[in-house]
Amino acid sequence: MPVGMSAGTPAGAAAGAPAGAAAGNPLLMRSTSRARVVKDVAARVAMWLAALIVLVPVILILYYVAAKGLPTMDWEFLTQPTPYSMRLRGGGFVNGLIGTLLMVVLAAVVSIPLGLLGAIYLVEYGKKGLLAQVIRFFSDVMTGVPSVFVGLFVYTAMVIPFGFGVVMGAASLAIIMLPIVVRSSEEMLKLVPRELKEASYALGAGHWHTISRVVLPAAAPGLTTGTMLAVARAAGETAPLLLTALSAQEIVTRLVGEATASLPVLIYYGARNPFPAGQERAWAGALELLLLVLVFTLLARVASSRNRLWQ
Amino acid sequence: MSEEPAFRVRDLAVSYGSQVALKDVTLDIEPRKIIAIIGPSGCGKSTLIRCFNRMNDLIPGTRVQGQVLYHGQDIYANDVDPVTVRRNVGMVFQRPNPFPKSIKENVAYGARINGYKGNIDELVERSLRGAALWDEVKDNLNRSALALSGGQQQRLCIARAIAVQPDTILMDEPASALDPVATSKIEDLMQELKERYTIIIVTHNMQQAARVSDKAAFLYTEVNEAGTARWGVLVEYDDTSRIFTNPRDKRTDDYISGRFG
Repeated sequence: MPVGMSAGTPAGAAAGAPAGAAAGNPLLMRSTSRARVVKDVAARVAMWLAALIVLVPVILILYYVAAKGLPTMDWEFLTQPTPYSMRLRGGGFVNGLIGTLLMVVLAAVVSIPLGLLGAIYLVEYGKKGLLAQVIRFFSDVMTGVPSVFVGLFVYTAMVIPFGFGVVMGAASLAIIMLPIVVRSSEEMLKLVPRELKEASYALGAGHWHTISRVVLPAAAPGLTTGTMLAVARAAGETAPLLLTALSAQEIVTRLVGEATASLPVLIYYGARNPFPAGQERAWAGALELLLLVLVFTLLARVASSRNRLWQ
Repeated sequence: MSEEPAFRVRDLAVSYGSQVALKDVTLDIEPRKIIAIIGPSGCGKSTLIRCFNRMNDLIPGTRVQGQVLYHGQDIYANDVDPVTVRRNVGMVFQRPNPFPKSIKENVAYGARINGYKGNIDELVERSLRGAALWDEVKDNLNRSALALSGGQQQRLCIARAIAVQPDTILMDEPASALDPVATSKIEDLMQELKERYTIIIVTHNMQQAARVSDKAAFLYTEVNEAGTARWGVLVEYDDTSRIFTNPRDKRTDDYISGRFG
């Protein structure tokens, strides 16, 4: 942080100046402190610039999605399924919204508890043991696996025998989310101060009591953030869903054996077709997906900060 | 002196991995006394105090040899659950470490996890009174414990420890992070607490040890001839007045008179 830098530098200069310097008074040693001030300002400017540059694409994306999506985003878009032809105006993405909600929620219900328990194992039980190291290694590998491979795996394992469906889509999303949840939760759990755990043990708490009553609540805000990153990532996945849920114009009626629309896949289909009506729906769909992730994140933040004492 | 000791420590040695941290500690701790553990940094004071409630178990690779008898029962025996030990032997740490919960929940924590059946509100009040904190917080029991001052937090930690109804309280430099006013409050509190509890305190502060304790154990660091390993030993254990006025061992004399450490 630039502020921390500027606070640290003058103090460092004062402390670093030898008491017996030729000038006698360390405050008069202008040459050293001027060089430091220049460095400090340069570092500050560089960091501000870097932060601004990072913000540019984010703001452009938000602006573009909003500008292109808002004209089509109306009540009909939110409540009607996709029309049969891309040429047709009207209709909406409610089939995709419902499909995405079902698949993301189902994937979250499976992967978040599993991932959290896995992270608790790594931090509190496995520690530096062989099994823990193996789990960590493969979690890292899994995080880097292209999502289309996950889609192919689920396609082979589940779609070929049972057909497309919400469950297959959710399975692929859960596989993508799991390593993210494990690794981000592990980092958050590691940040819980040892003093807090010791306080709990010293009061006669067992291992599980300490984890459930002290460690998890203390890490809750961070756990929520990491988990939401995984949810957002899953909500935006397209490739695995093409292979596992495919798409449909109707609202889904069965969880297995029925091709199911999702927002990202509908956006993909709309964006790659030549007709303006379909493209406009894709922009509105992109805005809808963005807002959906935003709502998820806000809800999670509110839920985890309800107990303010933990902050 | 006639009373049965709360603790009997026999030939205690502690090592972390292959490194010996402490050895040859033998002492008896009488109930309802304040025992100070003093000595230079790195001499194993914290290691020793953590043997009384098996907190060393939490550090992987720790090995404890010898015996620590608590009312005659070896707490390192195979069939002893460290959780049970810690319910009887409370601990207060160097840095105040209240949970980020309300004041009330901090005090109630130990009781709740131990399945306390009585009235929690009464227990909270009794414990806070016992830690001389009640009058300062009675109107704000649901406020965050983190909003308290350092000295108040440390007394809250004491209240939290006595709420579990232990018979011994370990204090690992409980006042070293506090200002002099808060320190003197803790010291006064210790004098009240010793009517009901055995108190073992680690302190760096010689004046504090002299002021508060009844008996003092002086630990000192020994180094092997090659200078490659160092460990703590118990040099002297006696009445505090004797340790500070007429120590038997020259190393004790040198240390308490400030010639090193």
